[in-house]
Amino acid sequence: MNIDKRLVRKDSLEKLFDILKQNSKKIYAPFLKNGKTTFRDAESFAGISTGHIQTSESSKDIAFPRAEKILDYSKSKEGLSVKGIDLKNLPGVILWGVRPCDAVGIGELSSIFNWDYKDEIYNNRLSQVTVFGFSCNKSDEYCFCTSVGGNPGNTAGSDILFTCMGEDGDYLAEILTEKGMTVVSIAPDLFEKSETDEKEKFLAVVPVRFNHKEISEKLDKFFESKEWIDQSLRCLGCGACAYVCPTCACFDIQDEAHGKSGSRIRCWDSCGFSHFTLHTSGHNPRDVQSARWRQRIMHKFSYMPERLSVYGCTGCGRCSRACPVDMNILENLISIQEVTL
Amino acid sequence: MMDNLYMPYPMRIERITYEAPGVKTFMLKFVNEADQDKFSYRAGQFGEYSVYGVGESTFCIASTPTRKGYIECTFRQTGKVTNALSGCEEGSIIGFRGPYGNVFPIDEWKGKSLLFIAGGIALPPMRCVIWNALDLRENFKDVTIIYGARTVKDLVYKDELKDWELRKDVKLVTTVDPGGESPDWSGEIGFVPTIVEKIAPSSKDTIAIVCGPPVMIKYTFPVLAKLGFADENIYTTLENRMKCGFGKCGRCNVGKLYVCKDGPVFSLAQLKELPDEY
Repeated sequence: MNIDKRLVRKDSLEKLFDILKQNSKKIYAPFLKNGKTTFRDAESFAGISTGHIQTSESSKDIAFPRAEKILDYSKSKEGLSVKGIDLKNLPGVILWGVRPCDAVGIGELSSIFNWDYKDEIYNNRLSQVTVFGFSCNKSDEYCFCTSVGGNPGNTAGSDILFTCMGEDGDYLAEILTEKGMTVVSIAPDLFEKSETDEKEKFLAVVPVRFNHKEISEKLDKFFESKEWIDQSLRCLGCGACAYVCPTCACFDIQDEAHGKSGSRIRCWDSCGFSHFTLHTSGHNPRDVQSARWRQRIMHKFSYMPERLSVYGCTGCGRCSRACPVDMNILENLISIQEVTL
Repeated sequence: MMDNLYMPYPMRIERITYEAPGVKTFMLKFVNEADQDKFSYRAGQFGEYSVYGVGESTFCIASTPTRKGYIECTFRQTGKVTNALSGCEEGSIIGFRGPYGNVFPIDEWKGKSLLFIAGGIALPPMRCVIWNALDLRENFKDVTIIYGARTVKDLVYKDELKDWELRKDVKLVTTVDPGGESPDWSGEIGFVPTIVEKIAPSSKDTIAIVCGPPVMIKYTFPVLAKLGFADENIYTTLENRMKCGFGKCGRCNVGKLYVCKDGPVFSLAQLKELPDEY
């Protein structure tokens, strides 16, 4: 399909925001507060952050909330009543200002929630989301999207990708999906005919630092390497990397009881936690931090490519930015590539 | 909306059997007939059993699919959920999701002899396939069951052990660890691998199914190898911690294989390809 490319003037973005709000769309957009840029329910266009390289957390919780009810129960004299979560009336949401490395992560997350068993809680939430990607015009030393098959103007995962053409310039809008077309049809005048479709020169330059396919192949024989121990010696097992990651999908299921009623909750978890795989007997198949670190890298760069045909890493670099002890996934991947078996 | 994957079937506890200290068997029936009608499973599969307000716990389905209308599970009271389950009475409603996981390839075993080796609380994941085979007894040659526990008290399914002992078409050997015998104990005394070596069952046209604590499994495999069993003809079932049961929550994988989807049943040949992460 030929991508429909349009011009959106810089002052049309606010008009687009207002028209979508008038159409009772919920809009989640990044805002800077207390040094952190996070997605919030945007009441108005003013204050939406554009200057950030990357939001502090990924946007994955729009479809995979940090903690969500999967059912409610109540016990009474008449018996037990259990009701599953109702996802029929979810509002349509525009996810505004998503970086390409987060947008592409939605596909990777979807692969996990849809191989074999289809997770309709996730799918229902995602079906209501329209992704407005915004290309990157700057990057930092943590970024490595180009090393994992992405790029600062990657269209994958976005419904519309906006690329700012020059500082304070107009936007090139690539309309990529049916959902994107629907948005155009709501505000057709704002999506003008575009004279240019050249966006490369406006994008950030992110050098390729390693070959992800080579790393995958190498990991096949890397399980027993002592590199895992060296890399994870300082790991605190805090799980911050998993919480900020756009593709980490590991979760826990817990019951929350309040007297005679309560809920069953699905909540984020992390393979970095020591009790993640702990058996009731006390036996733990991943009993040391190096085994847990190995699982994190192997899952993303070996098991997922083999089982799901996608990588579990988009090169967003958030895990390195968030790590309290400065573990850097980029450096670790490079050293896996360089170490001799 | 499609079905909620996480929504358990309501199940009524029809009967509770006390098996051993801390170990109980629940016979569970579907509260809704429609659930019963669409439900089917095969030997080897497992489920998530839940007490609302406490949580879910993973165990195998211990009953055989050849007997319809109910499922059974056997569990030891150890953690939060198994303690809550243990506190349930006959008639209580609990939740059940499943069946999940792969199955014992019992159809491929037609015409062969079967050797079951189990230790302690690991007889339940094997009971489904034992009864499945016994209910289709004409399909198999010799059936041998070697079962051991720490003490006489810890042996589960005591009534069924008596049944199997009396059957002419089953060879049952029971054993307890040294010091675990009672004054009237007439079975073997010794650890399971030692007893397997002593009994020395033939490996000719025989499939061995081994379930037990890791240490028992570890010492039983070499004995079987000595008896001439090929790795492809030895099966076991793995248990790793699980939450979802269908390959998403991320904790039960052993290398690239998920115990919940690629297992829980594995051949020794498969296990040897896997890293030691179970």
